[in-house]
Amino acid sequence: MTDLEAFRNETRTWLEENCPASMRTPARSDNDMCWGGRNFKFISEDQKIWMERMAARGWTVPAWPKEYGGGGLNKEEVKILASEMRRIKARSPLTSFGIWMLGPALLKFGTHEQKLEHLPKIARGEIRWCQGYSEPNAGSDLASLATKAEDRGDHWIVNGQKVWTSYADQADWIFCLVRTDNTGTKHHGISFVLFDMASEGVSTKPIMLISGSSPFCETFFDDVKVLKSNLVGEENKGWTIAKYLLTHERTGISDMGMPTPLNMLAKDKLGEDADGKLPEAMLRHQVAEHEIDAASFVFTLERAKDEAKAGGDMGAFSSMLKYYGTELNKQRHELIVKVNGSDGLEWEGQYSNNGDIARSWLRTKANSIEGGTSEVQLNIISKRILDLPA
Amino acid sequence: MALILNEEQQLLKESADGFFAEKAPVSQLRELRDNRSEDGFSTELWAEMAEMGFAGLLVDEDNGGTDFGVMGAGIVAEAMGRTLSASPYLASAVVSASVIKAAASDAQKTALLPAIAAGEKIVTLAIDESAHHRPENTGLKATADGDGYVLSGLKTFVCDGHVADSYLVLARTSGAVGDTDGLSVFLVDKGASGLIVDRTIMTDSRNWAKLTFEGVKVGADALVGPLNGAFEAVEPALDRARIIVAAELLGVAQECLDRTVEYLRERKQFGVVIGSFQGLQHRASHLFSEIEVTRSAVLKAMQMADAGGDVRWFASLAKAKACKTAELATNEAIQMHGGIGMTDEFEIGFFIKRARILQSLFGDFNFHADRFAACSSY
Repeated sequence: MTDLEAFRNETRTWLEENCPASMRTPARSDNDMCWGGRNFKFISEDQKIWMERMAARGWTVPAWPKEYGGGGLNKEEVKILASEMRRIKARSPLTSFGIWMLGPALLKFGTHEQKLEHLPKIARGEIRWCQGYSEPNAGSDLASLATKAEDRGDHWIVNGQKVWTSYADQADWIFCLVRTDNTGTKHHGISFVLFDMASEGVSTKPIMLISGSSPFCETFFDDVKVLKSNLVGEENKGWTIAKYLLTHERTGISDMGMPTPLNMLAKDKLGEDADGKLPEAMLRHQVAEHEIDAASFVFTLERAKDEAKAGGDMGAFSSMLKYYGTELNKQRHELIVKVNGSDGLEWEGQYSNNGDIARSWLRTKANSIEGGTSEVQLNIISKRILDLPA
Repeated sequence: MALILNEEQQLLKESADGFFAEKAPVSQLRELRDNRSEDGFSTELWAEMAEMGFAGLLVDEDNGGTDFGVMGAGIVAEAMGRTLSASPYLASAVVSASVIKAAASDAQKTALLPAIAAGEKIVTLAIDESAHHRPENTGLKATADGDGYVLSGLKTFVCDGHVADSYLVLARTSGAVGDTDGLSVFLVDKGASGLIVDRTIMTDSRNWAKLTFEGVKVGADALVGPLNGAFEAVEPALDRARIIVAAELLGVAQECLDRTVEYLRERKQFGVVIGSFQGLQHRASHLFSEIEVTRSAVLKAMQMADAGGDVRWFASLAKAKACKTAELATNEAIQMHGGIGMTDEFEIGFFIKRARILQSLFGDFNFHADRFAACSSY
């Protein structure tokens, strides 16, 4: 038996013994997921046990080094763990912006001390992070951000406002872009800093969305003290980190995992005719057309990973993935609503788990806005891939 | 397997791109068209292609081929799509070689494959009988007669029909139109008594023909593959051909994008290059995205075909996606070129004409989207 086969067997056995039965069903919405953090309320004892057991092995972040709370697994082992988890339909034990976004940035740009301080807490689900990027006057034009950090020797005093801060009201710490210099071009003078959301002068206000939920906040900074030891990378050079993270985020947004195939959702709802086909011809046609694009896109994600592994520069390609993946997801949810007809338009009610279908559908409208709008992605493709003049 | 070209395939791509750009640019097709060429392709080019090994990419080495598989044949087809090179490659080296490999006896293989790989013999598949590709609707009758058969009926949209030396003819030997059972393939040589070949000039200025079989007699040894079981035998070969046609469509789409982007960088209006207009940038970037996504589907299908097994789902995915993207690319190319894109003098019009033919060949978008859904059990 090879090492990898042995690893697969051990992993399978361990998962069988340690993943609680209720954690082997798909999460229906953000509310079902484990986000961690000081104030997190577990939806069940099983959810807590599952996160703690996985964290104890470093498997909430299997690819991170062990000294920072990770599992220290190589790429092949990470793949095996993921496939074994899929096999028993295990939920992700912990989902967070710390894992998904800050972690990769700290691993690349942070000091050893910063990694030691922050990464293990992310891995154990102790600290929940939010991202302070967008501002009321800096959305698509993110680099024109104005939140000001005034130099006071060993610390800065931060004043300003962020907006669309995901779950700021529930986060413990923030990774934040602030302006430490406004004398050069707009891309210069931005710094990437970390601070505690419990600091004096930080306040948040949730924004009610069309989906009826409030995943985003306005976040205000009023004379907030930020120690200089919490600067990541170089002062005034934070745009490099911001761009790296955006690229990471775009790839993440485009790769939303393998959701239940649309045709199965449609068959569950509508049944089939004598030939085993979806009974509504036009809907069947629309589903097929969508799934042809979706399958081709899944292979594109696979190809992008393989090209990156082979040393290709995938920088601007992530803009294409973000653009295509989010537009596809919006289309998927439009079709899910069509498949479910009037049941899919319930806001509260028994046919839709209290409006899950409609609320999820409305949530997807932000897919092509957040993390850089579709139009911004198309601009990036024009400029950096097609080499068209600005 | 990584979803990228390996070193050997990368080399093949570079040599094919270079070869067709130099030896068979679009201007060659224009010349063939304007001169109403008898052959409809350059026999010198075809000989050189055979010398390069392109005619034997799907033929095993024992039969004189280079055995590069569907991946190799697709890479070359994509290069041909970029210059619209005219040759019997698709008819003979791709479709017929695949069918013969999948269904023919060893004796038939020995008789046909080396000649195909050497470019000495052109063989083509006669399958469609109406304007829409539906193999199970084959009605051309082959009736047992002595120890042979007599063929009667019509075939249309036969690739390189008027220059072929032999035809693989899908015929009905039992059952009714619409049945997948009861079909058989026969090899018929040109000049057979009762065979009438009508060259048909199609939009793409390439070689197409209609065939009429008026009691064409063939021997028992003309049967290729199982009697009454041709559908199952031919379908995997046809799927490999569909994937390679998808690769040619990908080449057409990519070339349309590249030429259009180049034009956007040069053409000035209102005192600036039109490529600086966001309205055009977004159209071009969207097209780029569609082409990249299509490339992945085609690449995946080529790999799966070479891995063996049932590739119906992958073939229909690749052909459907390539049809849709090529339609978009050719339409967008004309739109973004503006008035000059409408002129015959400019080359972009040749691409839309070729694309529509390839889209229609061996099943269009609707055919393959329907089949994709059926293969996915819905």
